[in-house]
Amino acid sequence: MSVNVQRLCAALLLLVASGWAHAILPIQHWETRNGARVLFVENHDLPIIDLSVEFPAGAAYDGKQKAGLARMTNRVLQLGADKLDEDDIARRLADVGAMMHGRFDTDRGGLALRTLSSAKEREQALGVFAAVLEQPTFPANVLSREKVRTIAAIKESNTKPETIAAVNFFRLVFPDHPYGQRQSGEVETVEALTRDDMVKFYRDHYVARHAVVALMGDLTREEAAAIAERVTAGLPAGSGAAPELPAVSDLGKGDTRRIAHPATQSHILVGAPSIRRNDPDYFPLLVGNYVLGGGGFVSRLVEEVRQKRGLAYSAYSTFSALQRKGPFMIGMQTRRDQTDEALKVVDRTLRDFLEKGPTEEELTAAKQNLAGGFPLRIDSNGKILEYLALIGFYQLPLTYLEDFVKNVGRVTVADVRAAFKRHLDASRMVTVVVGAGQSPDRTASSTQQ
Amino acid sequence: MKIRNDIAALLLALGLSSSAPLLAATAATDASTVATAPRSAQTSEYALDNGMRVIVKPDHRAPVVVSMVWYRVGSVDEVTGHTGVAHVLEHMMFKGTRDVGPGQFSRLVAAAGGRDNAFTSRDATAYFQTLQKSELPLALKLEADRMANLILSADEFKREIQVVMEERRWRVEDQARSLLVEQMMATVLKAHPYRQPVIGWMNDLQNMSVEDARAFYQRWYGPNNALLVVVGDVQPDEVFGLAKKYFGPLKPRALPERKPQVEPVQRGIQRITVKAPAELPNLVMTYRTPALQDPEHDWEPYALDVLSDVLSGNEAARLNRSLVRDQRIASSAGAGYDSVGRGPALFQLFATPTPGKNAAELEQALRREIRSVVDKGVSAEELERVKAQSVASHVYERDSMMFQARQIGGLEIAGLSHRHIDLFLEKLKAVTPEQVQAVATKYLVDDGLTVAYLDPQPLPAERPAPPPGGPDHVR
Repeated sequence: MSVNVQRLCAALLLLVASGWAHAILPIQHWETRNGARVLFVENHDLPIIDLSVEFPAGAAYDGKQKAGLARMTNRVLQLGADKLDEDDIARRLADVGAMMHGRFDTDRGGLALRTLSSAKEREQALGVFAAVLEQPTFPANVLSREKVRTIAAIKESNTKPETIAAVNFFRLVFPDHPYGQRQSGEVETVEALTRDDMVKFYRDHYVARHAVVALMGDLTREEAAAIAERVTAGLPAGSGAAPELPAVSDLGKGDTRRIAHPATQSHILVGAPSIRRNDPDYFPLLVGNYVLGGGGFVSRLVEEVRQKRGLAYSAYSTFSALQRKGPFMIGMQTRRDQTDEALKVVDRTLRDFLEKGPTEEELTAAKQNLAGGFPLRIDSNGKILEYLALIGFYQLPLTYLEDFVKNVGRVTVADVRAAFKRHLDASRMVTVVVGAGQSPDRTASSTQQ
Repeated sequence: MKIRNDIAALLLALGLSSSAPLLAATAATDASTVATAPRSAQTSEYALDNGMRVIVKPDHRAPVVVSMVWYRVGSVDEVTGHTGVAHVLEHMMFKGTRDVGPGQFSRLVAAAGGRDNAFTSRDATAYFQTLQKSELPLALKLEADRMANLILSADEFKREIQVVMEERRWRVEDQARSLLVEQMMATVLKAHPYRQPVIGWMNDLQNMSVEDARAFYQRWYGPNNALLVVVGDVQPDEVFGLAKKYFGPLKPRALPERKPQVEPVQRGIQRITVKAPAELPNLVMTYRTPALQDPEHDWEPYALDVLSDVLSGNEAARLNRSLVRDQRIASSAGAGYDSVGRGPALFQLFATPTPGKNAAELEQALRREIRSVVDKGVSAEELERVKAQSVASHVYERDSMMFQARQIGGLEIAGLSHRHIDLFLEKLKAVTPEQVQAVATKYLVDDGLTVAYLDPQPLPAERPAPPPGGPDHVR
């Protein structure tokens, strides 16, 4: 296929895709009486309602001494509310085929619900959801059991090379920032958590004025408005502004840790702090990272590491754009005796990309995929709900989806090169290797040959 | 296959996709969750003269299409010494034809805004693309090309087999629970090839050649062993026209005879222990049970499906309530049963003990739960709950075109029909408490049981990490 024809196709797609997004995704936006932001897309194709309510209540709000608090609060929240014990909650939801789950990541904490839109099912599911969100009881006996389970899971994951790598990576990339703390908490910090901690965290963070309600599916605007009121009216009022996270410091220098582990593969992570979600460089980095390691089979990392050398099954790079500067991360796993070779390939690929950026052909291919693939990003209710929650939480423009294709389309090679230079420096990267220890252990893998 | 919570991790070894970060593997052929009112949208079914079948399900919610080419060949068709070859061939299918160079398949799909990948299971190998609807012809053209014209070069194979071995290390060798499941399957079954891991034994991978992959391709890859499933914003007759255009000219192959390979009767309980690095023990109990053969007249598979849901189909189900919440003997516990497949169906219980409890105590607790169903049966309320969930699940599944495509393909590959989807729900709704009790009594018995324990091994004492910027700085 000639490049010209492809360009033409891409140009056409820009029009088609952006027009379609606007046509099917008119996002309605308002505030509840007590100040929660609501984003709603009405769609009656399926008899389903998706709902999420999120707060600045993610792991980053744990505080230094209480790693694991935000996550445990989110978990125990769902296990007792008003007069309902955990079995009542589970039964009432299951009886109508509803699914409720916690929403939890670095920045965000909250709750999501999927239910049938028919009256009986919807009413019962929303009743449970509202009670859980607005009147959690944090039962002490449930907390003590969940602490035991969480600690067991932490200890189990401490044996896994991928966890050991991730925990050390985040500590080194964010040495003085809550983003460096383990989301599950550590054995000692979880052990020390109390019911009072949870109640206080809930009161301080699950606050109506800081809530984002995302609603998608088989509802009218009036019904959506009533639901948004119902699931926020009883939330804590809170005091003052939304909690702030400290700024992330850039790394002063690079750092490398090798941690011995008997696994047959070394797990490798390379990275550094990168960008905030509302950074103007978001699109140049998105497009550039597609070329570097975000584009799967067609990315440079996969080409160099897997296709050309057979060194790994998976190799990737990602930017996690968060409230504060989230991590840029390259990851892969390779047989332990090839660890050094793999590290060299990763280093060379990254340095070359930072220096020269993508070629024109690579940039075009990246834009074709990101623009042409735009409809795939919003082809289900579930995916659309994710975008509504994201747009609401990070206060992105309501036209974010409409503008997505346009913003991808205007990125140039120079933009990508400049953006990567502004945010990343190959000489100030954290490298963590778990597997082959101080020096590659050749004997351990000889049986694999 | 029912995959829930931590069970998903245990079952990873049973199905593989070419690039994990692109697509989380999900299994789609669960008879209990495929049918409901409102009834499934209409599908259209066609056959080409060369024997290839085409099934189209319109879904006009977004201008997107999912295209999947299924080959009715998986690890179940492999012979001893050649395990893993179906999956290795899946990887090699991206290495080019005369007209499309190595790696170009994915580049062309990506440039059209699409995503592509593939997976190999015990029963089938499937290749799929998700695209803007106008790009469907590209997907079909490329698939037809590699169905007939794949170039298997020794040079590409040499690197790709290394990639597959890395995949095996990542999925199995370094994963205690995957090792447990792999060893367990090789113990549960003696004759049927479901006993072999989909990814293959490491020694077989080490000794595999490009000729092995080529022979497998020439034996099994032809239109008469393939099924095209398209779900999305399309008109069925147009898809059929495109299929005729691209796949129609391909010649059918003489397919090898498939032997029945019926598994001999198990004659007593089997037990194994697997030692691997981990913190907590783990336990899998596997019972031999019947698979769905005749969707109209069978009733036992439906009852087993309901039994599995009564045990762990929702948060309020028995194992979670009793073992995790009340007795606090398990950190997690679940049940699974897959009635749809080309081979034997197994009923499994999985559990991890809480710290301080061991696998033997947990096994006794699981047995008490089984005993309770056998002695006292299940309540009407539990059954209603399970059925309500099945109805809802079916509606939710319609939010994913990929799920629908996998569901249709999985049923067809197993020798059932996607047209039974609505029947499954009716059958499930008709299951009685007595039937659930009856299948538990008949099949959850020691003579058909295999118990597998994971015996966790401590890691060697951790060496201290060097100080920042220490001497082994690699950059």
